[in-house]
Amino acid sequence: MCETNDEEGGGPEGDEGPVDEQAQFSALLEDSAEDLYEHAPCGYLSTQLDGRIAKINTTLLDWLGYQREDLVGRKHFSDLLTVGGRLYHETHFAPLLRMQGEINGIALELKAADGARLPVLVTSTVKTGSDGQPLLIRTTVFDARDRRAYETELLRARREADQERDRLQVLATTLQQTLLPPALVDVPGLDVAAHYHIASVDQVGGDFYDLFPLAAGTWGLFLGDVCGKGAAAAAITSLARYTLRAAAVYDPDPVAVLGNLNTVLNHEYNGDDPRFCTVVFGLLTPDPDRGGFHITLASGGHPPALLMRADGTADFLPTPGGQLIGVLRDAHIATTTVHLVPGDTLLLHTDGLTEAHTGPTAGGDDRYGDDALLDFGRALAPTTASSTISAVRDLLDTFGSGVEDDTALLAIHAPQPPSEEQQ
Amino acid sequence: MLAHGFGCDQSMWRLVVPALERDFTVVLFDHVGAGNSDLSAWSRERYSTLNGYVDDLLALCRELALGPVTFVGHSVSAMMGVVAAAREPEAFAGLVLLAPSPCFIDDPETGYRGGFSAEDIEELLESLEANYLGWSGAMAPVIMGNPERPELGEELTNSFCRTDPDIARVFARVTFLSDNRADLAEVGVPTLVAQCSTDAIAPREVGAFVHARIPGSRLVTLNATGHCPQLSAPEETAAAIAAFAGGTR
Repeated sequence: MCETNDEEGGGPEGDEGPVDEQAQFSALLEDSAEDLYEHAPCGYLSTQLDGRIAKINTTLLDWLGYQREDLVGRKHFSDLLTVGGRLYHETHFAPLLRMQGEINGIALELKAADGARLPVLVTSTVKTGSDGQPLLIRTTVFDARDRRAYETELLRARREADQERDRLQVLATTLQQTLLPPALVDVPGLDVAAHYHIASVDQVGGDFYDLFPLAAGTWGLFLGDVCGKGAAAAAITSLARYTLRAAAVYDPDPVAVLGNLNTVLNHEYNGDDPRFCTVVFGLLTPDPDRGGFHITLASGGHPPALLMRADGTADFLPTPGGQLIGVLRDAHIATTTVHLVPGDTLLLHTDGLTEAHTGPTAGGDDRYGDDALLDFGRALAPTTASSTISAVRDLLDTFGSGVEDDTALLAIHAPQPPSEEQQ
Repeated sequence: MLAHGFGCDQSMWRLVVPALERDFTVVLFDHVGAGNSDLSAWSRERYSTLNGYVDDLLALCRELALGPVTFVGHSVSAMMGVVAAAREPEAFAGLVLLAPSPCFIDDPETGYRGGFSAEDIEELLESLEANYLGWSGAMAPVIMGNPERPELGEELTNSFCRTDPDIARVFARVTFLSDNRADLAEVGVPTLVAQCSTDAIAPREVGAFVHARIPGSRLVTLNATGHCPQLSAPEETAAAIAAFAGGTR
């Protein structure tokens, strides 16, 4: 239309355009509304409010293989649907259309006259009269064969991904369990409890602990944290755990044990992908004279153990200067000794606990921290191994998703001898 | 007390509530898993049979302590009302079963015709699955957009976007695979069976079956067509409910 007007005005383009091209363009514009309706590249359908077909275009009739008189006034829109589609129509499509006045892009299947199924996308609007009363329903139908194939593929991929994720979780959980002792050994005169908090079911964490017998009358224990997560970290965790146990048999001196672990990790991973861990190793010896246990702890860069005493006090057992295991050829390993008298409890933990976010939203800057843990221990003392683990588990629960890293906990407690309690 | 059926939420009743509220106290609720209900309260174990819903219904009656109520159940909720009234008749002044079906699947052994086969129900589940993509969070505002009546759009956006596909699948199975034909004879409270003149989901034959099996029940056939008379013919539906509920007081 604009072009024609321009031509009247003698515009430069109008002058240059060949006359027959103009005529062709005009002919295109004269495409009648009626012809567009009948042969549009989509199906058109008008129905009464109860779904009875009042008008349908040639495109849709051709797709379905029906004659106009087969459908108009005889069939309802839902008669064209598969039975499942009809149920969906009655329970979702029709109520929504009635409540909203329109419904958009619903995937349905139409049944052709020969029984073939045609996947379509259906959009309907309700035409209302000037008084707002609904008069009829107008529906457009788009051929969705390609799109449906694509969506089916998407759904299949999603189901596959769901299954893979389930399998991964089972695998990760199983692997995690193999990195931890199935049960802690029974040490005469010692109350022991442990807990492993898994932060993510998708990934194997790198925390580990163990308690095991050494030469007659002594026991070794360790708890550590490998840098990183996933399969690579799990491999180091496994290596660290078996190296520690073997090294302790060879020479139970805690400094020697961690020195050996340092050498192994350093040799193994001094390339582009250095792997290291923090770990605390302890040698337990019962003290027959004073009761309780004598403990030598060696630490390589690990958070200090928390001692909760029988008298209700609590303190960290610092091991200053201990270096990460596996980074340097000769890591410095710090030691401390403590006498666990009857009634004392010692808690070893990984930093998943103290690094947990405590703010209202996970990911905030408020971390639990060492000071809070010390206060927690002071409030708890005197306690027992199982009470300690149970209290820390409750604490972790309050953090919820704020615990971003796995957390290993190992508590040992020297109970009061029964005879002493009676005195 | 009005209970919605499968596929929608309490907004299904919005056109009949104004008429009913003139004479009655109206209680609306969403079944657990639908609409604005607390989805964390849903569990596959509890809601894999009608019993979980029936327990909820009776708990609701006890909690509200309104005395015996007239319970109006649409579609699958009609059968929840039947089971609940059989179990605790004292909680109900009467039942209105709107477009009820005690069993959707045909039973050739007894000659019962529910109208569907088990394969048909599988096909419905496919339809649900196919439209899950369409109901995704990103599309919802477009689908639900209703500029003239924003409050309606808001309501529907909330209810339909939250139709978790897993929950919809389980509810579809409960709805279409339950068989409550044997429970009908246990109903001892006044009952109105209200069916539509044409209903692809609950045909008139099924409505007549329900009427025949519930002792002393009354049957009305509404002029309304489709499975949702409360939407397609709200005045007629509200009038039928009000006339029955008024008579039970």
